[in-house]
Formats: sequence, structure tokens, C-alpha cells
Amino acid sequence: MICHCFGRSFDLSKLGHRLTETANLMVGLPDYDAYLAHLGARHPEAEAMTREAFFRDRQAARYGARGGFRCC
Amino acid sequence: MKIFWAAIAALGALSLGGVALSRGETVNALWLVVAAICVYAIAYRFYSQFLASRVFGLDPSRQTPAHARNDGLDYVPTNKYVLFGHHFAAIAGAGPLVGPVLAAQMGYLPGTLWILAGVVFAGAVQDFLILFISTRRDGRSLGDMIRTEMGAFAGTVASVGVLAIMVILLAVLALIVVKALANSPWGSFTVFSTIPIALLMGLYSRFLRPHRVLEMSLIGFVLLMLAIWLGGVVAADPVWAQRFTFSGTSWAFMLMAYGFIASVLPVWLILAPRDYLSTFLKIGTIVALAIGILIVMPELRMPAISRFIDGTGPVFAGSLFPFLFITIACGSVSGFHALICSGTTPKMLENEGQARLIGYGAMLVESSVAIMALIAASVLQPGAYFAMNAPPAVIGTTVADAAAKVTSWGFAITPEALTQIASDVGEKNILSRAGGAPTLAVGMSQILSGVIGGRALMAFWYHFAILFEALFILTTLDAGTRVARFMIQDLAGSLVPALRRTESWAANVAATALAVAGWGYFLYQGVVDPLGGINTLWPLFGISNQMLAAIALTLGAVVLFKMKRQRTAWVALAPTAWLAICTLTAGWEKIFSPIPAIGFLAHAQKFSSALSAGKILAPAKSLADMHQVLTNDYVDCALTTLFMAVVLTMLAVGCLSIFKALSDARVTTEEKSYDLPLLRPQL
Repeated sequence: MICHCFGRSFDLSKLGHRLTETANLMVGLPDYDAYLAHLGARHPEAEAMTREAFFRDRQAARYGARGGFRCC
Repeated sequence: MKIFWAAIAALGALSLGGVALSRGETVNALWLVVAAICVYAIAYRFYSQFLASRVFGLDPSRQTPAHARNDGLDYVPTNKYVLFGHHFAAIAGAGPLVGPVLAAQMGYLPGTLWILAGVVFAGAVQDFLILFISTRRDGRSLGDMIRTEMGAFAGTVASVGVLAIMVILLAVLALIVVKALANSPWGSFTVFSTIPIALLMGLYSRFLRPHRVLEMSLIGFVLLMLAIWLGGVVAADPVWAQRFTFSGTSWAFMLMAYGFIASVLPVWLILAPRDYLSTFLKIGTIVALAIGILIVMPELRMPAISRFIDGTGPVFAGSLFPFLFITIACGSVSGFHALICSGTTPKMLENEGQARLIGYGAMLVESSVAIMALIAASVLQPGAYFAMNAPPAVIGTTVADAAAKVTSWGFAITPEALTQIASDVGEKNILSRAGGAPTLAVGMSQILSGVIGGRALMAFWYHFAILFEALFILTTLDAGTRVARFMIQDLAGSLVPALRRTESWAANVAATALAVAGWGYFLYQGVVDPLGGINTLWPLFGISNQMLAAIALTLGAVVLFKMKRQRTAWVALAPTAWLAICTLTAGWEKIFSPIPAIGFLAHAQKFSSALSAGKILAPAKSLADMHQVLTNDYVDCALTTLFMAVVLTMLAVGCLSIFKALSDARVTTEEKSYDLPLLRPQL
């Protein structure tokens, strides 16, 4: 879906994807598609984690010895 | 373009001047907002540009760790706006909401000026600088970089300092929650209900629909709103209200138990879902508050400068210098950000040139949150502000006493007005709820109810604000306890290797118990203190946080000297010097001031002479309590001494490293070498 305003055109579905990506990364969950793309391009022989496994792996990493902590 | 920036500068100067010079009549909060935005715009456009090109020499063609070590997991090149969101969510916490509220006792002007000057020349510089040097070193942590750039000794000293700061931070944040929830059945009910909500979300995301973070958070949010509504019903029912009424000390022990349990349970069960909920709620509330201020355009009723700049204020003791500068830490300059800027963010930076937007820019936004908190506190009637924030030892425990006392300071308020505010927000009593959260909540409820709901929804908005703060403080509490546990295991592990085994259940429980006991001790001490605890603990927290910033900036200065960029190293040296002066003066006064309200030794002296005369002074009720008060004073004293020793040691090591760098004609820092330039630099 394309929206034309301010003399420019915006791809709304791309914008929506970016917003979801931002919200997910705010809680420490990186983009799964980017992970797959990276693995496919650089390590095609490696077996990719499923979406579920990826989620669990990142969740565990966020609250490991480093990270997950914020203050001010 | 030049004309545009000249106009921004003129507008900023005009509104800042208007805010600063107005006397007698109230000022609209919008002027403060305009002044702040102009300052941020100019600082970003010019100062951060200067830092990026002349001082750091950001190189957009240089490969970032996200590309060099891309693993699709930790190291991922990320769109700059997406990363900005991640970074901002990681640096924004309770700090910028609390400090400015406390500092409002001196009037809104000193706080505003320090927030603006501090962020432009110290806070944002620190964040940007640490992000920059960490990016050039594969995204390594602050502690790691201190070890390699300044030596192993400095590294160990810094990690002891960080652990001590963590303990004080967790205690003071827990104390804020206690102050907000003690004797508040509505607040207690809603906060309790977050536990089953989080459990439900945790199970949902583990077994039903994994990885659906947003879906799960939305469900959690709806349940949370229901819980706030139900809390009102509970508070109105005499039997249930009684069951959810807890004293400050019971809350303190419940928090310790909670912190312990939540940090040893699997993270997906309660910690992670709560973190998701609190992160989104936080961002949403900040946006709502900003929109609220712009729509309602409230008048600032607090004077620009109050009589309490002389140091006799009831909220925190001590004069403008140095205590204002440590009371407002986050929002101006926060050492904790150095940990974030050398954590996940540098590993995701797509292009080195974007460090400016993310390092400097995100901190400016964080600072605007502090300005909003200051506005929320200043739109309250000053009399109500002081009644809410002064300790019971000063204003008594009834509305009549409090109103009389606060009026005698020159901030007229009637007992009826205080009762009215309490009933508006659905509470029995709002006196002596220091700690920022309740004051901010009343201010926010006044602003937000001006947008939606009017007076009828004020109680809802108040408890929404309380829940929002309590929720992310509790998240910090369990996540922080986990981090403190890992730090303890790491530090103690060098003495007792068995402790280091993070897979050992016994070692984990022991280290967690130690971490909880650390902050729990200070929390309990704060809860039973008749001066309210915040009085003692917040300055300690401020000192420690600014001290960490001084350490980070020292590292930054050392690196600049090693890069042979000493001509512009003043950008780090000047804020380091200022922070060192503030923290050391404040630390010195906290220990040696002859005024018992400020100096720990004077306070101990007062109690020990009463003790030898056989008298018992409040808060103590028995001789054992008297001894406890004395012990607390000496512990606080020792902790302050530790902080000062850490900062002095780091400054000394920093100076040595700088001299060593100066005597060497070569570049001596250990950066990643420049390789594989990006083909398409994107700024």
C-alpha cells in the first residue's frame, strides 16, 4: 500500500514492518527474517533455528550476564 | 539555512529568558517546552556535528562491528530509526522521572537550566563518546575497555564501583515503590495483579504462541487496564481494601522476597513478559504525557526559584551546589548509559556515522522526559507539592498539621485542599509520599485528565501513572538483581572459584541472596527512616551515578589522548572535571557536614550523645533501634567513602594514562584496524 503525502510517497506496509521491528527490538528481539537472510547468504550449510527457537534463544540472551537491565 | 538557525536561536533565547526572568505571574509550561526544544535542536545541529567531525572523526566508510561480525543474533546491522528506538527504550527508566520532581523544591528554573546544560555538554557527550569508542572496539563493554585502555587495576576498581552503584540504585528504586504503595489498597491491588498477568503472558508466549511479543503485550495491556479499574472497586470495598492495605515495612519485605524469587525463576515465566509490558507502557506513557502537555498547556505554579535553594528544603537536604547537580542525574548526565552504549547498541550500528543520531540524539530525547517530569511537578499547587514530599518528621501526620506547616513556609494550602486532592485520586492520604512517583502521578493525572475524562477519570489516571512507574521499577529490580548476582559471582569468583559456576544452583542462590540482602538492607533502612529515606538514599544514588559518568568520561578522555586528538579532548575533560567537583563536594558534605540532616557523622554524633545520656530519639523506639541508626550512619559513611575513593582512583589512573599517551608520539589506542570499507555508505 502506497500513501502519497508531503509530495513524497510512502510504502505503508514497509512502514508497518519497520514499526513492528522497532517494537520487537525495544524488548531485545531482533528481526527473524534478517537472521534467516544472513544465514542463507553467509552460512548456507548451517541449520537455521526455527522462529520459536530463535525467540527463546534471544530471550535467554537478553537476561543473561549482560543486558536486560536499564535504569535511567 | 543560516537564517533558520538564527531564528531557532532567537526563539530559544526568548523563551528561556521569558521563563527565567518572569516574576510574580505564572508562566505557561509551553515556554519551557519551546526553550528546551530550541536548545536541543541547536545542540544537535552544531555541537554534535562538531563532536562527530572534529573531535571523534566519525568515518561513515569504516566497517562497523555489526557488519564485521554479523551473526544475525547479537551483531546485526540495523536501520538507524529502529536502533534509535531500541537504544532509547534501553536508556529510559525511572531516573529522569524522579530526580527532577525532587529538585522542583528549589523552583523549576535551577532544575531546567541544569537539565539543559548538563545534557548538551555532559550527558549526551558521554553517551555519544562511549558508543563511538565501543563501536571501534567490536562493541566491547565499558569494563573491558577500561581494562584494556587504563589497566587491569582500574578495571577492577571500576567493577567494584559499578556493583556498589547497582546496590544503591536498586534500593532507592524499591523505596520509591514502597512510598507509592504503602497504605494504598488501590495501588497494591493493581501491582499484585501484574504477577498473574505476567505469568499468563509468559505461559502464552512459551507454549501457545511463541515469539508473538506484540500480541501478548496487547493482551497484557488490556488485562492491566482492567486491573486498574478493579483496583478502584477493591479500594472502595471496606473489607477488601483492608486486605490490600500494607505498611511500608511489609512492602519492603515483599519486594525483597519478590526480587529473589523473580530473579531465580526461569526468565520467560515472569521477568521477560513483565519487561515487555513495562517497556511498551513506558514508551506509550512518555508519548501520552508529551501530547498531554502540548494540549493542556498548563501553567507552572511553582515559583521559578524557591527559598529552598539555601539548603533548608524538606525534600532533600543540602544547598543548590552541589546537591541540585546530583539530585538530577538521569536526564542531565547518567553514568548508567555508558553501560548501555557499550552493550547491545554498538553491535547493531549499521554505519559509524549514525552514532551521532543514536548516541547524542537519544540522550536529548531522554532529557526531554526529565523536562516533562519537572513540568508535571511544577503544575501542582506548591503547597500540595511540599505536603506530598516533605517527611512526616517535618510536617506531621495529619492534614491540619501539614497544611499549617507548609503554609508557614509561604506556600499557602488548606487542609481541605489536601483532603480534596487525596479523594480526587482515590487515596486516603497523600502526605509524605516522597520519591517522585506519587507527585508525578498527581501531576500527570491533572494533565491527562485535562485531555480525557476530566475529574471523573483523575483517580484512574493517578493509578495508571503509579502502576506504570511501579511496573518498570519492579522490572528493573528483578533484572538488576540478576545482573548484580552475575557481578557478585564474577568478583567473588576470583576469590572462591566455586561461586563462579553460573550453572550451579547453590552458587546462584547464594549470590542472589547476597544481592538482595545488599539492596534490601538499604531499602529497609530507608523505609523506617522518619526523614523518609529518600532524603538519605537519593543523594547517595545521585553521587554514585554521576561518579560512574565521571569514570566513563575519563575513559573517553584517555582514548581521545591516545588517538592524539588532545586538542579537542576538553569536550570530555570539562564535564569530567565538573562531575568530579560535584560528586566529591557532595560526598564530602554527606560525610562531614556539621548539619545532622546532611552529614552522616554529625547525625551519628547526635544519636550517640543522646544514647550516652540515655535518651531515645525518633525514629528509634528502643535502645536497640538507636544502635541500629548509628550502624546505618556508619554504613552510609563507608559507602560514600568508597564512592569517593573509586572516583579519585579512576581520576588518578586517568591522569597517568593521559601523561603516558602524551609522552608517546604514536597513536597508542587499540582500535580495530580499518578494513573492508563499506561499498555504499549510508548516513
